[in-house]
Amino acid sequence: MDLDLLRETLLLERHNTRLVVIGVSLLGATAGLIGSFLLLRKQSLLGDALSHATLPGIGIAFAVMSAMGLSGKSLPGLLIGATVTGLLGVLLVLAIRRTTRLKDDAAMGIVLSVFFGLGVAILNMVQKIPGQSTAGLDSFIYGSTASMVWSDFYLIIATLIVTIAVTFLILKELTLLCFDSNFASTEGWPTLRLDVILMSLVTAVTVVGLQAVGLILIIAFLITPPTAARFWTNNLKHMLWLSTIIGGVSGYLGASISSLYNNLPAGAIIVISAAIIFLISMLFGTARGVLPRYRRHLKLQKKVGRQHLLRSTYEILENTQEEEPLKNLPIPMGLLRKHRYWSKGELSKLIRQARSEDHVERQPSGELRLSESGFGEASRITRNHRLWEMYLITHADIAPSHVDRDADMVEHLLGAEIVQQLEAELELAKATIESPHAI
Amino acid sequence: MNWTVNDLHIILVGTLCAVACALPGTFLLLRRMSMMGDAISHAVLPGLALAFLISGTRTSFWMFFGAAVAGVLTALFTQWITRFGKVERGAAMGIVFTTLFAVGLILIKQTADHVDLDAGCVLYGALEYTPLNLVTLFENDTFIVQVPKAAVVIGATLLFNILILGLFFKEFTMASFDPSLAQTQGFRPMLMHYLLMTMVAVTTVAAFEAVGSIIVIAMLIVPPATAYLLTRRLSLLIAFSIVVAVLSAVLGHLSSQALPYFLGLPETTSSGMMATTAGCLFLLAWLFGPEGLLKKKSGKLEMPEELS
Repeated sequence: MDLDLLRETLLLERHNTRLVVIGVSLLGATAGLIGSFLLLRKQSLLGDALSHATLPGIGIAFAVMSAMGLSGKSLPGLLIGATVTGLLGVLLVLAIRRTTRLKDDAAMGIVLSVFFGLGVAILNMVQKIPGQSTAGLDSFIYGSTASMVWSDFYLIIATLIVTIAVTFLILKELTLLCFDSNFASTEGWPTLRLDVILMSLVTAVTVVGLQAVGLILIIAFLITPPTAARFWTNNLKHMLWLSTIIGGVSGYLGASISSLYNNLPAGAIIVISAAIIFLISMLFGTARGVLPRYRRHLKLQKKVGRQHLLRSTYEILENTQEEEPLKNLPIPMGLLRKHRYWSKGELSKLIRQARSEDHVERQPSGELRLSESGFGEASRITRNHRLWEMYLITHADIAPSHVDRDADMVEHLLGAEIVQQLEAELELAKATIESPHAI
Repeated sequence: MNWTVNDLHIILVGTLCAVACALPGTFLLLRRMSMMGDAISHAVLPGLALAFLISGTRTSFWMFFGAAVAGVLTALFTQWITRFGKVERGAAMGIVFTTLFAVGLILIKQTADHVDLDAGCVLYGALEYTPLNLVTLFENDTFIVQVPKAAVVIGATLLFNILILGLFFKEFTMASFDPSLAQTQGFRPMLMHYLLMTMVAVTTVAAFEAVGSIIVIAMLIVPPATAYLLTRRLSLLIAFSIVVAVLSAVLGHLSSQALPYFLGLPETTSSGMMATTAGCLFLLAWLFGPEGLLKKKSGKLEMPEELS
């Protein structure tokens, strides 16, 4: 590959690719922005239904323009046709969903397949209209960035600016719609109208993107960047920004790389760039990524295991000694294993872990003894467990014989602040609390 | 309009295909996965391209194999992303199939110089050309029974679907309506899920080569959805969706010949019109069905008599 050429393309120094690269990056950014709302609304595939539904519009517009004696392939005319049937398709999806028992997926599937079938039938008919060449109409299916000219570029930019402006104007309403549409409608917000506005924005982006990337790959523009962004953050504003950036970057990379080769379709490269970003985000995304989540899970599991071991040891000490204060005596392993029905392997893993944290020590006799710090920790954990049990008994009316399991789930998450609240609530400030049930 | 034996062949292939799709489509609908047919039909592209690159031939077997593998992988990847990434299924599906489609598009562009393998022929298929490739089923001095090769392929797929559904009907039903219960009863809902996905992939791919994807996507979704508006019983749901599928195929082909004639245009593609006809049948059910739009007297709930 010619590195200079690549550098020039990426820095937008080449005159003939500059237009395409800027246009497609903007398209990606806007699609990322709008797509975020679709994702949160759990309607990502609506873009799929919509983009297929534009096909009959293109065919009809071609036929009408031909019949009026104009050139059948004038872009604004074709896009108007696409918009009309696209919107019609989306409205039908909304209508089917609201008036029948059918779910989203079926509603989208019906619109998608029927409109696409109709579109193919119409295109097939208009192709045989004498005197008009339909060559190039299929660029709407697969997209061809190379055929973009200045007027297309202006059209893209104008549409995108309007789309972004509208989004920011009704950002609050869209947020409400995405997170709790039922609440929104009980509060008197016009959810149907908001839905229609959102769909119109999606339609605008899709129709403008048709020519550049084709009706199948524009779907990826709407879905992949927001889904990737979702892995990094739980904050909507951050997600919108990130999704916009990811969309823009994929568009930029894809358009740049594909312009260097003859037979690499831009749309495909863009989609693959976005997919790679998605994959990285899914694995490493800090908020919901697979690996960070797995790490947090392991950490929690370790904490839970440690607390179970310490509490069990403490409870055994209590059971085996009559008088106060409790003495820290070594206990045999067999007793410990029976206490929570641990297997040999599980228990030795827990003990290894606790030893590395200096909570327990092995006696020469093979028995287990809590260390100084371990004893304090164990008494604290046991106390928390019982505090929560008392709380459940007095405030949640759970029978004393049933609280152990419930408390077991929650005790690991009790912070110092909550413990204080519990103490205040239960008026229990003693250092040790007796178990409300037999151990 | 000239009625020939070709029309009969097209209707035969179309009908077989519609029914073969409507059967797994019913369960897709119940599992809320109707978009899977669309996803798979786009995602098989890299399978076709790779099968061609590796085998170097366009023989049906390798293409079929590659496409079927790609189809099953789509379902698998979607499931993984949904499960491990905790992504909503629609979004996961969208990412998987667009990415696979993009990969396929690039692969095809790389080979397209040498071979007649383009995305268009994969997506549109050619129901009209099926009568050109005939096989003889039965022959003696007086009779000769010939059917399109596509009819044999799709007929076999239909039999395969009937066989699988017949064998595992109870399991499919349970896994569709209550996966958790199915799990506790030892019915392995995940296994059923993948079996259904394999059925969809095989059906999609088999029908592809013969008739193109439009009719497949439409017949996977529209007949079951239409039937869903007409009944609440599973057995009737399947029966109605078969009826709607057959009607769509027959009326679809007729309208592809007749409709353009009235508009003064030449005839159009049958598969497109079959999808359109299915849409019209859905519209009828939507408007006039037992729970249809025109049947509803008012949006208000009525209090049962014994309570008022």
